[in-house]
Amino acid sequence: MQTIDLATQSLRDLNVTLQAQKDQTNATSWQVLNPRGAHAIAVGLDAPIEVTVRGSTGYYCAGMNKQATVHVTGSAGPGVAENMMSGTVIIEGDASQYAGATGRGGLLVIKGNASSRCGISMKGIDIVVQGNIGHMSAFMGQAGNLVVCGDAGDALGDSLYEARLFVRGSVKSLGADCIEKEMRPEHLEILRNLLERAGVDAKPEEFRRYGSARRLYNFDVDNAAAY
Amino acid sequence: MNKHDKRIPQTLPIQSATFSNPINAEIRRAAATGIYDIRGGGAKRKVPHFDDLLFLGASISRYPLEGYREKCDTRVTLGTRFAKKPIELDIPITIAGMSFGALSAQAKEALGRGASAAGTSTTTGDGGMTPEERGHSTKLVYQYLPSRYGMNPDDLRRADAIEVVVGQGAKPGGGGMLLGQKISDRVAEMRTLPKGIDQRSACRHPDWTGPDDLEIKILELREITGWQVPIYVKVGGTRPYYDTALAVKAGADVVVLDGMQGGTAATQDVFIEHVGLPILACIRPAVRALQDLGMHREVQLIVSGGIRTGADVAKALALGADAVAIGTAALIALGDNDPRWESEYQKLGTTTGAYDDWHEGRDPAGITTQDPELAARLDPVEAGRRLRNYLKVMTLEAQTIARACGHNHLHNLEPEDLCALTMEAAAMAQVPLAGTDWYPGKPGSGY
Repeated sequence: MQTIDLATQSLRDLNVTLQAQKDQTNATSWQVLNPRGAHAIAVGLDAPIEVTVRGSTGYYCAGMNKQATVHVTGSAGPGVAENMMSGTVIIEGDASQYAGATGRGGLLVIKGNASSRCGISMKGIDIVVQGNIGHMSAFMGQAGNLVVCGDAGDALGDSLYEARLFVRGSVKSLGADCIEKEMRPEHLEILRNLLERAGVDAKPEEFRRYGSARRLYNFDVDNAAAY
Repeated sequence: MNKHDKRIPQTLPIQSATFSNPINAEIRRAAATGIYDIRGGGAKRKVPHFDDLLFLGASISRYPLEGYREKCDTRVTLGTRFAKKPIELDIPITIAGMSFGALSAQAKEALGRGASAAGTSTTTGDGGMTPEERGHSTKLVYQYLPSRYGMNPDDLRRADAIEVVVGQGAKPGGGGMLLGQKISDRVAEMRTLPKGIDQRSACRHPDWTGPDDLEIKILELREITGWQVPIYVKVGGTRPYYDTALAVKAGADVVVLDGMQGGTAATQDVFIEHVGLPILACIRPAVRALQDLGMHREVQLIVSGGIRTGADVAKALALGADAVAIGTAALIALGDNDPRWESEYQKLGTTTGAYDDWHEGRDPAGITTQDPELAARLDPVEAGRRLRNYLKVMTLEAQTIARACGHNHLHNLEPEDLCALTMEAAAMAQVPLAGTDWYPGKPGSGY
């Protein structure tokens, strides 16, 4: 395993080194020591490498990730895995606001809780939160799946497009145009697969599904009160 | 006495200045439809503008440069603060961000062709980067917008600069809406949304709020792009002193400041006409912010919103800008609102020069549309040539003025070259009212 110690090396050194790893490299396993809440750790990666960050990170850890697996042993600051394209990001602790924002692909697993706006404007990413999520999560979510094993805060799925939301616990309130939907066999299968990939021991049947009512897809003045 | 007696002189009908015919028509339209008016373009109301400024030219105290012999440089370098590869442009006139989606692919290609031929940059918009646009743009600025439609790190790295869009002059504080009729299969795919639905562009970024966050966002963008390319921050003209200062604090290489005359693809008319400042009122406060921070010319300033001629370019630069951006003017150069389509404009209930329903996708000129038949009307090669010509003419005009003022580079134009025709323009541009040495607010003047 290769080691980069942020106590002695710069953030620039870290990202240059990790971004330089190509598909054929033998150095596929990396660890980052002493992150100490630094921002933009392991951003813009584009190789099937495994990076373990030993500690907690600041903003935008694993931002725009492609292919790589990034594992944070502590908690993550705002915007973890923002705009992720592919790969996997695992947070052992909690995640702050905007986790997985605008993500287009890949899997984000948060083993603790996620704060507000988790999955905001998500565009294809899969997010599995083992704890609870904060308010306005999946706001304007376009595509992908958000799985919440705990409870969801206020205004879940506000102004939702086509993202699918699965919640096992309570939902404090649903946002504009977000409704509970029937859990059909294909949804159970999607959920089963996501739980398995995230290593979560839970039954899909315990979850409820939420999605867009599609009433606000085309502007109509009679819906103005909904905004 | 009968007031209808024809033998008595009659009072003429007097139209109300307050309840004018356009206002009354809008009241009736709103009453009939129950929805506000949405349109494209920028503010149509008359506001203090560059027309209210004049150049003084050379005199005994200053001598001019020979118009057809002595060199007047027009080159500009953008992004010298942090970027390893600043953008070098032949002319200080850039093409503002306009999306594929709002514009046809042919129009985007034409913008790239014209800008490249003139030695300047063009800019993507709220819909991502198309291969045609990248292929035809020698220098392409990639907009990083709240919606993040089509955003991906590969395109980010393909860009020559990144423009973080906080706002735009037509609608500072507002988002956008690309209506369903313009959502073709390709536009829908690029934006990861179903075909035919209205696509909302958010008014603020999803993963940062405020200048402290913006600083970290810029750090992330630089780390992903290896600190290679300049990062611009674009704001609508509202609080230009503070917005410029905060953009600099956040680490911007370039500040883009867009006045209320700047166009949009689609926004509420009430927003376009009633929110934001004319660009004339924005430039001096922004320049002062840069000067106060010791960053004038270190962080470059691009201004936009109603730039039409070389005179406008020269005036913007004289007030302290490093470059300008054009949007609406570039579309007109391509063929937007051209009289050749008058009969079709009339069928749409409008006329040449007034067509602004860009959001409906029925543009007879084939520019603000996704309709394949309409879009095919625009020849990107010919339209690109027109844009090139127009950019060249603007540059020649600006050089003509600069030489007359005795300057061998457009950037040597200065406020002392200008005077104002109105009190309002004098106050906003902080140049003397014509024939005086005074402007409202001048330090020490007592006013």
